[in-house]
Amino acid sequence: MKRLAPLLGPATVLSLAVTFVMGLWLTPPDVVQGQLVRLLYVHPALAWVALYVSFATTTIASALYLWPRTRTMTMDRVAYCAMEVSIVFIALTLITGSLWGRPAWGVWWAWDARLTATAIMLILELGYLALRRANDDAKVRARRSAVFGILIALNVPIIHFAVQWWKTLHQPATVLSNSGKVTVHGSMLWTLLLSFVAFTLLFFWLLRARYRLENQREHRRDAGLATVLEQRQREGL
Amino acid sequence: MIAVAWLVARKDLAIELRSRVLLWQVVPFGLLALLLAGLALGPSLAGHSSSAPGLFYLVTLFTALLMVARSQAVEHTPGTRASVATLGLDPAGVFLGKSFALMIELWVTGLVLLAGTVVLLHTSLVGTVHALPSVLLALGALACAGTLYGALTAGVDGPATLLPVLALPAFAPLLVAGERSFSAALHGGGLWEWWVIVTVTLVGYLAAGILLYGVLEES
Repeated sequence: MKRLAPLLGPATVLSLAVTFVMGLWLTPPDVVQGQLVRLLYVHPALAWVALYVSFATTTIASALYLWPRTRTMTMDRVAYCAMEVSIVFIALTLITGSLWGRPAWGVWWAWDARLTATAIMLILELGYLALRRANDDAKVRARRSAVFGILIALNVPIIHFAVQWWKTLHQPATVLSNSGKVTVHGSMLWTLLLSFVAFTLLFFWLLRARYRLENQREHRRDAGLATVLEQRQREGL
Repeated sequence: MIAVAWLVARKDLAIELRSRVLLWQVVPFGLLALLLAGLALGPSLAGHSSSAPGLFYLVTLFTALLMVARSQAVEHTPGTRASVATLGLDPAGVFLGKSFALMIELWVTGLVLLAGTVVLLHTSLVGTVHALPSVLLALGALACAGTLYGALTAGVDGPATLLPVLALPAFAPLLVAGERSFSAALHGGGLWEWWVIVTVTLVGYLAAGILLYGVLEES
């Protein structure tokens, strides 16, 4: 796994580049939506990462932190970093959805069940960061964040099934539909699937970078504390 | 677990009976919020019963926040946590007891607010009675979720502001499902899917509370 880690960056850049070339030039415009369909290669992939990949990462890391045998601060850091990266993806999902909604529905924002549920999820994620900042003790912070990380995940099925339960403006799932029938064809489908892979790789690349940054910050804080303690001891002598 | 739950619920309800905070502070606040919501909508919209279910649930959520904060505040009076820790009470039982007491308090407030919607927002009495089971179920789910979120924010810096930020978005599915089931009871329409959402939320928060409340108590 460690050997593969340096390849994550180049693989992300390459897959993103291929996705953009295919999405912008090689795939045809849609019969109904015309050039607007190009957003298909960005928006669903962002949503996939924001709502499924990052949440699976946060929830699993939080559960592993709460499980006594696997309780390490590494798990807490992974959950926190995944949540931070998830906020970027969920915000981008809402922005690209709004950009798509304006020409398609005629409004920047519609009171659609999935849109509203996704916006609520963004607020919950910001709440996660607020909760972390409200606790000074590292262990208390980690425990509470882990519980909240699991509780937030209860909203993911609501967002997923919102288009079926409420039957509002947002279209139902194109790839992950209940019937298993894929309603995208040819080069469009392959580009869509590639975009999912590319954005998933991007998530893990960003997560790795954020995790390393967090680790360095923790080490620097520990080193700073050690220096202060040493100074105090010297003063005492 | 059940014995602990009963003990904690009795303790919380006894505190409530003695202090009368629910009667003199929370219920009047709920009625006031209902009146203000009606004023904000204006006489033509407020008098139309279609807005009543949404207003009822919105006001209920805000009153629930007050009650959740109070339910946790009694656990953080000096010496209480130490006493509970010394007694070695089962955290799952404590969660169930606190949720049960909060549910009873929410039911009382909910019944008063329902009467308020009949008088102030002109909902039909028969429709409101039909909506009662779904309201009671939704308030039960709200009590479980509230207890968990209350424990999550207890003892942190600024719990009064953090609790609404964390709990209100999490309560949103209950608000939607409750409002739709209330509307369906008043004006007709499919009910079962809203019951499913409320029931799944209730079971989800019950399970999460039983499993995770102990972790929060450790904090």
